[in-house]
Amino acid sequence: MRPVIPYVVAALLFGAGVYGVLRRRNAVLVLMAVELMLNAVNLILVTADTTVRATLPHGGQVFALFVIVLAAAEVGVGLAIVLQLYRLRSSVAVDTVRLDAAPASELDEPRMVAHER
Amino acid sequence: MTGADVLLLALGAVAVGAGALVVTTDQLVRAGLYLVVCLGAIAGLYLVLTAELVAWVQVLIYVGAVVVLLLFAVMLTRAPIGRSPDLNRPGLPAALIGGGAGLGLAALFADAFRFTKVDLPGPGNAEAIGTELFRSWVLPFEVLSVLLLAALVGAIIVSRPDIGSKS
Repeated sequence: MRPVIPYVVAALLFGAGVYGVLRRRNAVLVLMAVELMLNAVNLILVTADTTVRATLPHGGQVFALFVIVLAAAEVGVGLAIVLQLYRLRSSVAVDTVRLDAAPASELDEPRMVAHER
Repeated sequence: MTGADVLLLALGAVAVGAGALVVTTDQLVRAGLYLVVCLGAIAGLYLVLTAELVAWVQVLIYVGAVVVLLLFAVMLTRAPIGRSPDLNRPGLPAALIGGGAGLGLAALFADAFRFTKVDLPGPGNAEAIGTELFRSWVLPFEVLSVLLLAALVGAIIVSRPDIGSKS
């Protein structure tokens, strides 16, 4: 088994994830690209676990399991935030979120802000 | 070229191709379905790498739960079925940074490992991972359960407008 194959696959997946996070406007698609990056890191952890003799056996696989749990928690909270954003703006485009606007004023006139684009 | 190499190459090609489609497709629901293909191929890679437990956990949690949650999010935000023209921002900076990160890391790994060969260990089983998890990694495991509880409470508070911060 040549370890270079899964390592290169993980690197390319990570690049695709970075591209997706920077390219996409839809918040759900940004979350999907983040999942790609997390999976690339998991692949590196598992490959290293298989190919490297470590003091503690199977540390890489245990870490991969931890990362999977963290990803599940992240998606749950991310979904809640995306749905709240949609409730406020009727849109999930990440580049129309104004970081300097007060949340109270958005609650008053959600429709106007939503159609501003 | 052994059989494991061929399997790794094929599954890796499927994973990278599906991953590229996830970040380039014009249709929201299809992006979620390509994500299923990509995560499934990665689970196959774990199986070839003898990480059996991680592969099944990947299928259960990622393909079974995370993708379903993402598809829920797609539906709850009333995403249109079919092509959406406004999914992307200008692509040049993203392509530069993403391509640079991906190809740079790939070149680094290729240079570090070249054509070294490693013998695969015997097939892994859940018992070895479980023993290791509860012998050396008990404290992180328990902290992780607290984190899951915190994420659960946080998601409930964020998504209910009547108990969020209103003042």
